Amino acid sequence: MDEPVNQKPKAQLDAEFSDLYRAHLRDVYSYAYYRVGDHHDAEDLTEQTFLQAYRHFERAQRESHGRPLRPWLIRIAHNLAANLYRDRSRKPASPIDDTMPLAAPHTTEQLVEGRDELSRVLDGVGELPDDRREALIMRFALGMDNREIARALGRSDGATKVLIHRAIKQLEEIVGDRGENNGRPQAERHGRDVESDASRR
Amino acid sequence: MSGALPNFEALLHQALAPVEPPEDLANRLESTLTSITELAADELEAWELSAMRDPRNWARPAAALVVGGAAGTALVLLRARRRAQVSSGGLSGARESTERTIRDLRREARKLLGDH
Repeated sequence: MDEPVNQKPKAQLDAEFSDLYRAHLRDVYSYAYYRVGDHHDAEDLTEQTFLQAYRHFERAQRESHGRPLRPWLIRIAHNLAANLYRDRSRKPASPIDDTMPLAAPHTTEQLVEGRDELSRVLDGVGELPDDRREALIMRFALGMDNREIARALGRSDGATKVLIHRAIKQLEEIVGDRGENNGRPQAERHGRDVESDASRR
Repeated sequence: MSGALPNFEALLHQALAPVEPPEDLANRLESTLTSITELAADELEAWELSAMRDPRNWARPAAALVVGGAAGTALVLLRARRRAQVSSGGLSGARESTERTIRDLRREARKLLGDH
């Protein structure tokens, strides 16, 4: 027997959207920031994400069957970020590097204590393939569990677990490699990195 | 299953710390949604009844109604909750922010409405 479609009262739906917005503004912004690499684009991306969410909120709620909507929000942001990169890559006047270096949004104390190490980690995150980078952002910046990340990326739980494992492993290698070369001139380090990438392939 | 050192994951947590959104972002977002609401209302008002005789024209005002209605009522709640948090200086900043962004937002709103 078909279940009747229960439409929520408008006020209730609006209150729930308001709660969603308040609960996840920081998540969406954090994701956007680490994804696009600067505050200006992150603000735009966050704004666009919630606009899209407004448009499709009722349907998303209906189809979520009570599951959390954070993965849905992050998936919207993920798609919009992909569109942003695609649009910009078509415009020669405003090229964008998909692996642009991430700026650390940390406190002065944190920077003083472990600046080099954190910088190396962030640089390394920026060098990861897109799907690995995104999985790490979701896990560590947003605190999402495997299931949530799987939903946001449209993958199975198992595939997501493997993805995160490989992402951490690759990042460890990158960071370790950078640590060994820390005192060397950047051009020399870059040359060595390219070489080691080629040999890994 | 991760073979990563526990302290490396701790380092990752530290490096990828959550980023607090700028204070004016929430205000900007509300302004955006207000724009959409207003635009949706305008869209409906400006629509000539004669045009509605053609069924091909029905989708657009229907979209305006849906978007405008959803954004409008949700905004009442957002605004009510935000109002208590915003200081007098914050209000001034919000107004400036609204004026600065409203043109871009209207363009965006048109795009959203035109998507249907």
